[in-house]
Amino acid sequence: MSTLPQDQRKAYMGLLARSAPRSLAELLPDLPDHVWLRAPEIGTTMVRGRVGGTGAPFNLGEITVTRCALQLPDGRVGHAYVQGRDKAHATRAAVVDALMQGDEAAQIRASVVTPLQAQEAACRQTRTEKAAATKVEFFTMVRGED
Amino acid sequence: MYVATKGGERAIDAAHQWLAEERRGDPSVPDLSIPQIREQMKLAVDRVMAEGSLYDPDLAALAIKQARGDLIEAIFLLRAYRTTLPRFGASAPVDTDRMDITRRISATFKDAPGGQILGPTFDYTHRLLNFTLMANGDVPSAQRKESAPIEAPHILSLLDRDGLMEPLPASDETPRDLTREPLEMPADRPLRLQALTRGDEGFVLSMAYSTQRGYGRTHPFVGELRIGTCAVEMEIPELGFAVDIGEIELTECETVNQFTGSKTQPPQFTRGYGLVMGQTERKAISMSLVDRALRWEELGEDDTGAPAQDAEFVLYHCDNIQATGFLEHIKLPHYVDFQSELELIRKIRRDAETAMQEAAE
Repeated sequence: MSTLPQDQRKAYMGLLARSAPRSLAELLPDLPDHVWLRAPEIGTTMVRGRVGGTGAPFNLGEITVTRCALQLPDGRVGHAYVQGRDKAHATRAAVVDALMQGDEAAQIRASVVTPLQAQEAACRQTRTEKAAATKVEFFTMVRGED
Repeated sequence: MYVATKGGERAIDAAHQWLAEERRGDPSVPDLSIPQIREQMKLAVDRVMAEGSLYDPDLAALAIKQARGDLIEAIFLLRAYRTTLPRFGASAPVDTDRMDITRRISATFKDAPGGQILGPTFDYTHRLLNFTLMANGDVPSAQRKESAPIEAPHILSLLDRDGLMEPLPASDETPRDLTREPLEMPADRPLRLQALTRGDEGFVLSMAYSTQRGYGRTHPFVGELRIGTCAVEMEIPELGFAVDIGEIELTECETVNQFTGSKTQPPQFTRGYGLVMGQTERKAISMSLVDRALRWEELGEDDTGAPAQDAEFVLYHCDNIQATGFLEHIKLPHYVDFQSELELIRKIRRDAETAMQEAAE
């Protein structure tokens, strides 16, 4: 069982799923030995929205998802559900999940999680700055004497 | 007599081979890569994902390439692929209030909190052909402006706070899913929205336009249009808690429409809603207009007989794959059907001729 607080695990698993497969592969080129509990499998998730943004749920459409579960020789188990059809991405995400539950946690956090966080933050900041540049600054022209 | 005919296999093989060659076009022109289509034909990719009802930009780009740019054919390919995949589950409803904003405008409030953010839009362009693109011209890079993360609450929530909007009943009911069970009438609003969001853009646009021209008029204002990315979160059974499994781009449109009210309720604005995968604002605006028109009954409005008020008409005809499947099948061999028609018309003519001869005698 995981000894990690749930919110920490939730945070890095989400980050791994949202990250680009190539970025994760660059940060974690080599994989430790592992056995499959569930070999990588491609499927879909039905994404839901809400009527009017806050009302009753409705089915919006599906996304492709790859999932897997694996176990390290010491018994630690890693899970992954990641968007897309990249089995290597799902495998790496599950490996990171497993490694984060043991002694390597600090090292993996520094070498994988933190850089991915930084990449995501930079990406968001770039978009925010481009969006901010297109923000309309209204001005009112005052005409006439009074 | 019924005679089954076989044949045409060799002709079909040759036709498909020619199709493959034609798809490639002039071999002296470089082949298009999937990333090129994904990056440079993005709005086509988004449309194929929205109407194919499967968000996967690489697959949509592949479908467009394979379909030679025929988007309905590409949507067909994507829908067919989807049916081969197992479904792992359903996400928690996306929280569009927390959307990472690319574009966000309101036609009703100039000074909405968060501001009017135009984003990468065709609006205000002059619609003149840009010949530098033909000459491989340089692309200017986007401007930037230092900014804290953009906080943009839903604009209609401001009207909501003042009690001017019709209330939106909250619910966590599992919605009906038209990909799992046949679309049956009456269709509740969640089911209608599912049909509209994957419906044909041209059809939904025309239905929306018809309401503007007076066939089921609803007096819409675009209260808010926003484009951006939202995290997709799903409960993972193995873990016992929900995690983000990805992030998708969405376009959301909320319209503010004329009033409802009753003896017990003061007049309030009513809502139309559009939410579509990808950057698809024409579709999202159209969807919100049609959604509003279809709500006439629950809002106590008159049935004016307008096509956009007729849920059965709209929902049974908005799916371009169903439509094209039925339409295009009539070009396939109907030799036997037609043979019986021929026999029938000959018989009718014979009978008519006999009758005329008898009358003349």
